Amino acid sequence: MNRLKLGLYWAASCGGCEIAVLDLDEKVLDIAEAAEIVFWPVALDFKYRDVETMADGSIDVCLFNGAIRNSEQEHIARLLRAKSKVLVAFGSCACFGGIPGLANVANRQQVFDRVYLSGPSTANQDGTMPRTVSQMPEGELILPEFYDTVSSLNQVVPVEYYLPGCPPPTDLIWRAVEAIVSGQLPPPGSVIASDKTLCDECKRERSQEKSVKEFKRLWQVVPDVTKCFLEQGLICHGPATRGGCGAKCIEANIPCRGCFGPAPEARDQGGKLLGAIASLIDSHDPKETARIVDQIPDRLGTFYRFVLPTSMLRRARL
Amino acid sequence: MSERFEPQLIGFFCRWCSYQGADLAGTSRIKYPPNLVPIRVMCSGRVDPTFILKAFREGADGVLVAGCHPGDCHYGEGNYNMMKRYPLLAGLLSEFGIEPERLRLEWISASESEKVAAVVRELTETVRRLGPLNWRSTVVSLVEGRLA
Repeated sequence: MNRLKLGLYWAASCGGCEIAVLDLDEKVLDIAEAAEIVFWPVALDFKYRDVETMADGSIDVCLFNGAIRNSEQEHIARLLRAKSKVLVAFGSCACFGGIPGLANVANRQQVFDRVYLSGPSTANQDGTMPRTVSQMPEGELILPEFYDTVSSLNQVVPVEYYLPGCPPPTDLIWRAVEAIVSGQLPPPGSVIASDKTLCDECKRERSQEKSVKEFKRLWQVVPDVTKCFLEQGLICHGPATRGGCGAKCIEANIPCRGCFGPAPEARDQGGKLLGAIASLIDSHDPKETARIVDQIPDRLGTFYRFVLPTSMLRRARL
Repeated sequence: MSERFEPQLIGFFCRWCSYQGADLAGTSRIKYPPNLVPIRVMCSGRVDPTFILKAFREGADGVLVAGCHPGDCHYGEGNYNMMKRYPLLAGLLSEFGIEPERLRLEWISASESEKVAAVVRELTETVRRLGPLNWRSTVVSLVEGRLA
């Protein structure tokens, strides 16, 4: 049997997806046996040039994590798309934009000002800022161009499969690897997770009553381990989020943060969650309702924590 | 040449009361600006927040949601669901850079044809003052400008 040619890449990501691959533990050795890794910058010494010289379609499967926020990432996304038969958006950033996608509340200038000038721990008296092109005595130095807007992988190139999660859980990674190795691939466009919402997987009790008079932050209470988080006034993304993660956060008594992206029927995860949260409020008085929802800070960041670039509105207007 | 900006408004009208109020405004020949496109829904509670976000994305400069007065919902509590979404949505829209005045929620009964006309007039003028939203061109240019 020909060994499967496997590529892995990270774009705008934190590195957690790479750790998730290594979390397969000794199964990583099975992958190394079944597959020949032809590109994996975080772990093996390959150069972009090595990929550029490959024939188109010569990588069987590429697991691509991270969002696209600069010209280097876009270039490699296009390059790996051309070289790969199957491109997998691996992790929430590649699937939906992820945490880096929250930068879509700002533009490049605002991001740079915050990071290089006004951040509380920043000391930059000379006001040095990254530039795409710098003239130096040694010649011209080039940095990738930083974009105003973060994109998911499929907003840049076509993608065959989506493996969500921050990071994807190891059992789903293994399920994907087994499917790839055995050739038993689901139809293109599939999300390798559940077709139901997280609430469908959750074992907590729900009273189905409108019961919330007050929204709280997690640090303010010790949640009851048997009751629905939402009914305890804690924001949980369960109703608007795709299941398949095994509800690990819920089991650890932490509400869902929505990393598996919108539930299968939901176009806009934030809008869905907003509707679900509003329906829980126990009040018929507009003033009281307004007071109750005022307890939810940073609605955009809370409702769209992992999905802003793929949401209905995609980014904030400045 | 400077033409007056004509806002494009989308209105979601509950079929039991507000839409009938709008019908009555028509049969009574009450005049009001032609800027609003009415969409009949079964209940203001049926107006998923996603519909409103989509209206703005697709080019609406303002959105009106009109339902039965509190206590009068044909289904009991549908309009209360919309009432509770409204402050959350208004806050969310302003975080997206959309002035919350572009979204208006009104309770209009089947007999309140004058109110339909007044609300449409007011919303048209409010949005005219705010100017065009142009979600697609403003936002897409920020996206596409960097992604050739």
